Formats: sequence, structure tokens, C-alpha cells
Amino acid sequence: MDVVLDNLDVFVRGMRTTVSLTMLSFGVALVIGIVVAAFRVSPIPPLRAVGALYVEMIQSSPLVLLFFLFYYGLTKVGIQYGEFTTAVIVLGGYTGAYVGEMVRSGINAVSTGQAEAARSLGLTFPQVMRVVVLPQALRTIVAPLGGLFIALIKNSSIAAVIAVSDLLYEIDQLSTATAQPIPIYLGAAAAYLLLTVPSGILIDQIDRRVAIRR
Amino acid sequence: MTWKPAKKLFALATALMLVATAAACGDDDDTATDETTTSEATEPAFEAGTTMARIAEEGSITVGIKFDQPGFGLTNPTTGEQDGFDVEIAKLIVAAIGEDVDIDFVESISANREPFIEDGTVDMVVATYTINDTRKQRIDFAGPYFVARQDIMVMADDDSIASVEDLNGKNVCTVTGSTSATNVAAAAPDANITLLGTYSECAEGMGDGRFEAVTTDNTILAGLIQASEGAYKLVEAPFSDEPYGIGVKKDDDAFRDFINDRLEEIFESGEWADAFAATLGAIGLDTPEPPEVDRYTETPPAPTTTAAP
Repeated sequence: MDVVLDNLDVFVRGMRTTVSLTMLSFGVALVIGIVVAAFRVSPIPPLRAVGALYVEMIQSSPLVLLFFLFYYGLTKVGIQYGEFTTAVIVLGGYTGAYVGEMVRSGINAVSTGQAEAARSLGLTFPQVMRVVVLPQALRTIVAPLGGLFIALIKNSSIAAVIAVSDLLYEIDQLSTATAQPIPIYLGAAAAYLLLTVPSGILIDQIDRRVAIRR
Repeated sequence: MTWKPAKKLFALATALMLVATAAACGDDDDTATDETTTSEATEPAFEAGTTMARIAEEGSITVGIKFDQPGFGLTNPTTGEQDGFDVEIAKLIVAAIGEDVDIDFVESISANREPFIEDGTVDMVVATYTINDTRKQRIDFAGPYFVARQDIMVMADDDSIASVEDLNGKNVCTVTGSTSATNVAAAAPDANITLLGTYSECAEGMGDGRFEAVTTDNTILAGLIQASEGAYKLVEAPFSDEPYGIGVKKDDDAFRDFINDRLEEIFESGEWADAFAATLGAIGLDTPEPPEVDRYTETPPAPTTTAAP
């Protein structure tokens, strides 16, 4: 285990990147997810189709494939982002599809009477969503969203394939330099636990606080 | 009908045993050798308990090679089999254990090589495997059977890089789990190094303008350059020696000595040079002089380890 203790700075450096990558991607995912969900429940059929297509396409692609397509493929059409930005876009877009499905289920959980009442008061569709439906919908999906956040912490490790220096990437380097992969990978597992367990506790707290008591 | 010869045979065996017991006082080994040579006259005999004996007995060996390295070990898309210099070297070594031993080639990416040897997934690794002291802590190396040199690949129209020092301040790509990154970090400390999974990804990234250079062994670069059809070129400023060894289980000295003997045999006989010309020669490399086999006896101390940048 000495090899882990001697290189704690490497672990800390990697964890820092993993945390910022996860936070930024989750922010992007929430925005995309809400937009996608709004599309999918909107009264305009073409928008519903676009939302459904996006979710279907993303959910049927392996994450690593999306990384390769965005990293190497986009350049071929003249768009190039750095490794970290590419990772935020891919992880955000990927997780966004799942967030969208959760938000949609949350919206469906809000009784139709709520939206009908809001409409009859003269609110437009965006207003109905923003003021009446979404605040209730989001509260019901805090726990599943939290699960998605924890999955994202782990999914962010795939960014190592395009050389984003996250925890896994740093760990791989360390393992090559020291030729002691087992203690190092055990250390990495502990580091991921250090990120996921407190996240789980925090999510639980938030869930309790915002829950609608009926 | 069948009983009588059996009885005769039994008598004969008893007589032989008596003779053997009498002779045993003088020499144990003779009788043992007699028995093996009469039954398997064509197979070279190996001392019981050695890796060679086990492989000869099982009639098959598992060898770790690269599946994506042009010139060394590359899966041929039409046949589905692997060809290259590493494959030929493995075949030449295994031929000395037994002509009819089946070789089962298993893909060993750079990071998998030590674990595969340690856990017995493979019997040996012939996979552009650079001999170094860190790796010697966990496995042992026969060879080298080839010495590659780390060089630099750039775009064909790029004249800004003439030596490794010119990589300082440049975006350079190489792969994870290899010695190339450590070497270039030492030679050009200010280079901005990116590590991807495979060399073809590095080449793709350089073509896309993400990196100005790709660095690793000249032999690997030669394959990429040939595949690029003139888009990339070699700088020809080698800055390190990469002796390629054959990885075997730590302290399996009998197997290591056997491989070393066999390597010297094929260096001498010209089979090594033929294998080189047929594989690496085809991607534009001249056949060099065979290297000197390093029969080290002590495991060197582990180098002081810090994380690769």
C-alpha cells in the first residue's frame, strides 16, 4: 500500500479533475434533460419527434463510441474542442438523455389537473411547465437523479480514452510507472468510493428536504 | 491368444526391472532416459517439471502478442490470423520445443503484459516488450531479440522538428502503459504529452491537428508511416534504445535459458534475419545485425518510482 500513500498527490489531482468533470457534465445534462423532456411532452408533434429521436439515439450508443465520434469525428467536419470540453459535451449529452426520461416521468407524475388549471388561468405552455409542473416534477425525481449523478461519477472515467487527466487516467500512468497495478487500482476503487458515498448521503439529505409531503 | 504375449511381456518387464535395479546402484539417469527415448524418439527430452516439458506434454503453448502492431503482430483482415516479426520469433522458439506444438496467440495490450505472465494466462509474451528494470521486478526477460529505437513521427510537410529537444513546448502523443512516455518526458521535459490508447489513435489525432508529433519505437512508426501513404514522415532522430525481450514468469530460469539458447541458434542460422526480412523488411526496414542476448542473473533494484507525467 506504500505505493498509494507515496503518490497521494496523484490521486488527489485525478479526483479533482473527476469532480469538476462530473459537476460540469451534470449541469449540462440537467439543462439538456429538461429541454428534452419539455420537447417530449410538448403539444407540437415535430418537437416530440426530435426529443424521442435524441433519447433513442443516445440510449442505444455505447458511451465510449460517443467519445471517439466526438473526439475524432467532429474534427472531420471542421469542429474541434479540447479533450476536457469534448468530455463535458459527451458526458453531458449522454446523461442528458437519461435525465430527460426521468424528468418526463416526473412530469407525468404531476396530475393533469394541475396543468389544466394553469392553462385555464391563461398561462402559456412554457409558463405552465416552468411555474407549475416542473417544480413539482423535479422534486419527485431527486432520488433517481442522484443515482444518475453517481453513475456519472463512474462514467466520467471513460473520458480517460481521450486523455482527459481524470482519476482513472492518472491511475493508469501511476500503474505503468510503478508496475504495481493491484494496490494502485485498489486505491482507485477507494478514491471512487470517497466520491460516491458522500454524494449518496448528500442526495439523500436533499431528497428529504425537498420531498412533497402529501 | 492375447494372454500369452502379455505373459511374455510381463516376464520381459520383470527381467528388465531386475537389470535396472542392479544398474540403479551405478547410474539412476540412464534407465530414465532409456524409457523416454524409446517411446518418443523424435521429441527433444526436457527435464521433468520445466515449462518446456509441460508444453511438450500438453502439445500447446499460449503466447501473448500484439494484434494491432504492423510488422510485429497484426491481425490479417482476410485470414484472421496474426502475422509479423513477433509471431515469427514465437514460432521459431516453439519449434524447438516440438514441431507439432500448437501455438495459441492471445492479444496482450501493453498494460496487460505483466498480469498475463504472472497469472499464467500466457506462457510467454513476445509483444514489442521493452526490457526494463521496473518490469524485471515482476517478470523475467529472455533476449533481447531486437533493439528498436524511439523516434519521432511528424506531418510530412513539417520541418520544425529535427530532434527530441524540439518537442519542448509541442503537443506530443504516445500511448498509455508504454515506456515511450517516460523517455520523451525525460528528453523533452516541456513537451505537452497526451496519452491515448493506441498508436493509430495518436496518428489520427496528429492528422486532425491535435498533436504536432507522435513518438515511440521507430519500428512502430515505420508501420504507421507506411499506412499513411505519404501523410506522415520519420524525423530520424532516435533518442533511446528499446531492447525487445520475451517475457516469462519470474524465476523460470530453465525456460529463460532455453529461449536464450534458441535465440542465439536462430541468430546464427540466419532464420532470425529471414524472419526480419519477411516482416519488418516489408514495411521498409533494413535487416540489422542481431543483438546480444542478455543473460542477467540478478534482478536489479527497482528504479525510484514517481508518477509518469
